[in-house]
Amino acid sequence: MVHWSAEEKQLITSVWAKVNVEECGAEALARLLIVYPWTQRFFSDFGNLSSPTAIIGNPKVRAHGKKVLTSFGEAIKNLDNLKGTYSKLSELHCDKLHVDPENFRLLGDILVIVLASHLGRDFTPVCQFAWQKLMGVVAHALAHKYH
Amino acid sequence: MLTAEDKKLIQQIWGKLGGAEEEVGADALNRMFHSYPPTKTYFPHFDLSPGSDQVRGHGKKVVAALSNAIKNMDNLSQALSELSNLHAYNLRVDPPCFSLQFLSQCLQVSLATRLGKEYTPEVHSAVDKFMSAVASVLAEKYR
Repeated sequence: MVHWSAEEKQLITSVWAKVNVEECGAEALARLLIVYPWTQRFFSDFGNLSSPTAIIGNPKVRAHGKKVLTSFGEAIKNLDNLKGTYSKLSELHCDKLHVDPENFRLLGDILVIVLASHLGRDFTPVCQFAWQKLMGVVAHALAHKYH
Repeated sequence: MLTAEDKKLIQQIWGKLGGAEEEVGADALNRMFHSYPPTKTYFPHFDLSPGSDQVRGHGKKVVAALSNAIKNMDNLSQALSELSNLHAYNLRVDPPCFSLQFLSQCLQVSLATRLGKEYTPEVHSAVDKFMSAVASVLAEKYR
């Protein structure tokens, strides 16, 4: 089980309080599809992904980004049981969606950059540490049920 | 592959730092040591506490190398040739594809905190590709 110090939990929740889930989620997913274009392979039914502008404006990307980040909110409420929280989603990503877990790391890194661009200097090195740790643990939990 | 547009964006964004490059270098290294403790294993001889002169000095070196690379994006192999030798034969940092990934992430976070909205998805993509290209060149001579 992952150990979270009181400081780490505080850093995570205080940053989360400043996050607009819909905006940040949409932005993170759009950046994933732009910066790592091969990830578009999982979204062939999303319509127009032909350019950064198209991706950023794509309503399915926005909606799905919001969904993904909303689930992060659940994780943050359940830091002491991430494997349990993500158990069903893990099975889904393996059995139905067939997503290589490496993609979770990519999305995690992108989300950290999105937070940095929104929070500026408030996103201190210790903040980044807590969030990179969270991204790693979430990615691990999502990969846990793979077989 | 870096397109002409990517190169332009990188040069523009680097230009926007207006003298803060050294601060960015130190900040990026600091963040890397914080978020990825194994990277500290390459600096047992450094004082890694916040504000350390050694970290500032090293950040300045790293940024100078990147600035040089940015001026020579059409021939990265040559521009980074000496650094490539250094990393392969002297420093022997775990193949750059792994370690540089952490520096790349932290450099981008550092840039994003300073540039905010100006760190657009297009700029993000260009910088990520550039850092990948730098890592490849640095790894060329490993074996």
